[in-house]
Amino acid sequence: MSTPSSVSDLFLDIRGVTKRFGDNTVLAGVDLAVPRGTVVTVLGKSGTGKSVFLKCLAGIVRPDQGEIRFDGQVLNAANAIARGEFRRRCSYLFQSNALLDSLTALENVALPLEQTTQIPNREIRRRALEALHQLDLTKHRAHYPSQLSGGMQKRLALARAIVTRPELVLFDEPTAGLDPIRRNHVFEMIVKYQRQFGFTAVLVTHDLPEALVASDQVALLDGGRMQFQGTPEAFNRSENPMVRAFRDSAETLRETLAALRRGETITSEDDL
Amino acid sequence: MIRTLGQNTLHLVEEIGDFAVFTTRGFTEAIGARKLGRRIVRAIYEQGVRCVPVIVIVGLFTGLVLGLQGYYVLNKFGSEGLLGTLVALTLVRELAPVLAALMLVGQAGSALAAELGIQRNSEQIDALETMGASTYAYLISPRLLASLLVYPIQTALFCLVGLLGGYLSGSVLLNLQPGVYWSAIYKAVEPQDVAECFIKAGFFGLLTIAICAYNGFNAHRRRGSTGARAVSASTTRAVVFSSIAVLATDYLITSLLVKHP
Repeated sequence: MSTPSSVSDLFLDIRGVTKRFGDNTVLAGVDLAVPRGTVVTVLGKSGTGKSVFLKCLAGIVRPDQGEIRFDGQVLNAANAIARGEFRRRCSYLFQSNALLDSLTALENVALPLEQTTQIPNREIRRRALEALHQLDLTKHRAHYPSQLSGGMQKRLALARAIVTRPELVLFDEPTAGLDPIRRNHVFEMIVKYQRQFGFTAVLVTHDLPEALVASDQVALLDGGRMQFQGTPEAFNRSENPMVRAFRDSAETLRETLAALRRGETITSEDDL
Repeated sequence: MIRTLGQNTLHLVEEIGDFAVFTTRGFTEAIGARKLGRRIVRAIYEQGVRCVPVIVIVGLFTGLVLGLQGYYVLNKFGSEGLLGTLVALTLVRELAPVLAALMLVGQAGSALAAELGIQRNSEQIDALETMGASTYAYLISPRLLASLLVYPIQTALFCLVGLLGGYLSGSVLLNLQPGVYWSAIYKAVEPQDVAECFIKAGFFGLLTIAICAYNGFNAHRRRGSTGARAVSASTTRAVVFSSIAVLATDYLITSLLVKHP
């Protein structure tokens, strides 16, 4: 695995993160280096532990082993100050959006400012309205999440994630369940706001083409370990069999379907 | 078998410890919390205003039945005049705090456990945690603080409606002199009875809301159930445990406060 940046540039430095659920080892020593101000995408098949990895970073799931350094500070249960600092400077966009369903769109966006800062109420409202305006949700400010479409909910979750002007944003499958047009739009938004606000972003997805375009670096999680980390160009050139299998999955599917149409039998799981 | 017994005991001790920490954090993290007052008002509405109909209905029928049964029993001894005493002391000392608490568990407590369970399931609580908010100050503290106010008021309402029920069955239906009924109440109920009633109500409120909140908040930690089933299991558990806690605590408080001859 290539290490793309010098250690001093690293905003997030993850080493040997391990997580087990009973007998099932989901993460078996995951390493990831995230340089400041970049978009790093973690790719991987469904069920490879990408979301668990992100939740370990966010502190929702406690890793069994390993070290996570945020801006040089080790994050662990014993270091409550560093963990608090991390939460203050980091936002998390959940796959399910995790919007509070009893609050309106405006209240959802205002919530992180209300709960974590001492900013006056009028300023909170102004910043929340500004975030809604940036994501084209102003006219839906009085609507509840259940009254919004899937795409709008995603934008609302993004508004809530950026309203605190975080330095690090963790995106868990931000395009899950969206059609290709909305998927592109979400990636556009991520890149646009990343450029605008300059935050560091860690994305977890399995949308390969969009990830390669939107990211400064990509990493591939498979078998509980990071099998690759490098630039999108390096990913495209890599001869690593797991990278190739992931990269060529669309081509493989095309060949398999063509074979099935010709009446050929797929004999082993590997053929799929 | 010994191993299972040991494991279950350890699990029980661990859970009691967790519950104590949970309740303590529910109070301590309220200090300095923003917009707490607004959320307390909402919790008062959920536990209080929305539960008034059930309190009134159950209180009224409890009073009606007490008046009816009491009248026929006392009539055998020619002591119908003591009906007000019987209804008032039974309600104030025991039935009002216990039945009001059980009704509130059924309505407000179960709703609270289910709401928190769904919020846990849909990652809303995780979202609060990742944004650096205190989930205790936001979700738990307002409910605990509201319960300390709402339960005594609801219990008082239950008492008043129950006394009215006793009057309806004793005086209106069975022709006991209203003056006899109300003066017996006035003479029988002492300040200590009222204090006992409110002490019980406050304890029951705190205990039941804490148990319901704890179960909903930790719905994801229930072994052997996930998703919607975890929510239903935690809600059931919240209602059952709260009801048992009300009855057990009632016995303990009564044994401590009861006047010895």
